[in-house]
Amino acid sequence: MNPFRPPIRPVPLLLTLVALLFLLGFLALPLAIVFAGALQQGIKHYLAAISDPMALAAIRLTLLAAAIAVPLNVIFGLAAAWAIGKFRFPGRQLLITLIDLPFSVSPVVSGMVYILVFGMQGWLGGWLAARGVQVIFAVPGIVLATLFVTLPLVARELIPLMESQGTEEEEAALTLGASGWQTFRRVTLPNVRQGLLYGVILCTARAMGEFGAVSVVSGHIRGLTNTLTLHVEILYNEYQSAAAFAVASLLALLAVVPLVVKAILSRHEH
Amino acid sequence: MSSTHPNCLLPLPTATAATSIRTRHAACLLSAAALLAVLPAAPLAAAPRTRAPILLNVSYDPTREFYQEFNTSFGKLWKAREGVAPEIRQSHGGSGKQARAVIDGLQADVVTLALAYDVDAIAERARLLPTNWQARLPHNSAPYYSTLAFLVRKGNPRNIRDWSDLVRPGVKVITPNPKTSGVARWNYLAAWGYALRANNGDERAARDFVARLYRNVPVLDSGARGATTTFIERGIGDVLINWENELLLVTRRLHPGNFELVSPSVSIRAEPVVAVIDANAKRHGTLALAEAYLRHLYSDEGQALAARHFYRPAVSSAWERCAADFPAQPTFTIDEVFGGWQRAHAAHFAENATFDQIYLR
Repeated sequence: MNPFRPPIRPVPLLLTLVALLFLLGFLALPLAIVFAGALQQGIKHYLAAISDPMALAAIRLTLLAAAIAVPLNVIFGLAAAWAIGKFRFPGRQLLITLIDLPFSVSPVVSGMVYILVFGMQGWLGGWLAARGVQVIFAVPGIVLATLFVTLPLVARELIPLMESQGTEEEEAALTLGASGWQTFRRVTLPNVRQGLLYGVILCTARAMGEFGAVSVVSGHIRGLTNTLTLHVEILYNEYQSAAAFAVASLLALLAVVPLVVKAILSRHEH
Repeated sequence: MSSTHPNCLLPLPTATAATSIRTRHAACLLSAAALLAVLPAAPLAAAPRTRAPILLNVSYDPTREFYQEFNTSFGKLWKAREGVAPEIRQSHGGSGKQARAVIDGLQADVVTLALAYDVDAIAERARLLPTNWQARLPHNSAPYYSTLAFLVRKGNPRNIRDWSDLVRPGVKVITPNPKTSGVARWNYLAAWGYALRANNGDERAARDFVARLYRNVPVLDSGARGATTTFIERGIGDVLINWENELLLVTRRLHPGNFELVSPSVSIRAEPVVAVIDANAKRHGTLALAEAYLRHLYSDEGQALAARHFYRPAVSSAWERCAADFPAQPTFTIDEVFGGWQRAHAAHFAENATFDQIYLR
């Protein structure tokens, strides 16, 4: 027992309890219900639901969209945060606002924007179609929409970090004769590693969980342009609620994977 | 500004020893590798071109189960004839929304939508098929039809028998939004047609009747499936107006014994239509396949499958075989009462037309 342990006081205890109850009621319980619903018809049904060819195609598409969007966002996020965090230049504030745009615009609107640009009645759609390029209602549209909604996540994580770290360490490295690339690789990158990791996790989770923008540009072609989230909706609408919950639980598990990876990496750190 | 201790959410020891840098690199590489590993595991969804011809059928909501079976049946037929089974893809959603997507470039080879007006829109706005499309296939391009009926809770506690019961004060009616849903437009027109008959063709009385009906609607869902879910799963409302095929699915297959289907004294003959989207099919080289696909809907097998999914077969020989399975339901057509979809749309569903006037009031 810790002899300096403060006496239990009612107000902090009450607040802690409220927070715990809130977490339990609004986070743990719904999640538990998803898993219970997924298993209501037994493990066999569960496995059948997630190994259905349409479900597998949806898993592949979701992973593909995330696998393209996340690395691109890492590159963009690093570049943008480096420019914004380490330098002062005209248009800097504008750039920050632009990066925030996908957060402030509803995903449905961003989906519509792609239809206005790439749709057959839109600016580029007819020109592209004449050259055999299909953007919306096809895989590229899904990837673009995912990229758009996840764009701020890595940059937003890194900008405050890079800003607070200033440029002294980089300057020291340069004075000691390091090249620009060496400085970035050995000083800047290690300093923001944890923030980057967190950005990647947020980005991955959002990329896999996006619904609104993807729903607008998808066209809902089964086995081709249905992501996991869209597949869940379809199953629910087909009165297959057990299968819908099974796929939803898989989505939840996929979102947990990066968190586990992060936990493992953090443990190695210490 | 101190830079040795980064002031971030997750403070880190600063990089001092080379070993520490190396482990961090390893960690970074590992996370990148984990991401990249996903890529080869996911065979590109923009699939490698196989020999099998691909057909995209863009349809409305409640046809999912029917087309799933029908596609298997057609696939066998085509394979026997051409030696290779086609890959048939499906897209489902509210009929109006689906038409909009085809206009915007969804590559449908065929559409199978809830009402002719939506296909008219594709012909007029995107010119992907000729405007006389409806004359190209038998029965006005409607290989199966349905009508509208009521679904009530077990024992019919509010004693709902006919349209006139829906305007009684306190009766809660569930019907989707006519602006977005095909069936909702049919629902509206059926109520209007009933009121015209009950009032000797008096338009003002019909308008008043429909306005009273919509005052009893607590929530307008965007599509047929949404309305069914509202009524069944969420338990809202005393009566649901919906496709007869959807209601037969509920009362005979999904929830037998919990709900009852009520056939009103008169209803509308609701004809979902099918059409080849010529411009798309030509570009994909699937014109013959698309035409054969739609023709198969009129075959004995196609008609029998439609009936199994509670659509009324349009071909009379097929209808005679299964008429006993359907409720007796006197119907009128949209052409008889409203002079076709174009006129019905202009008078009732266009911006600021009758529906807007009575619902907003």
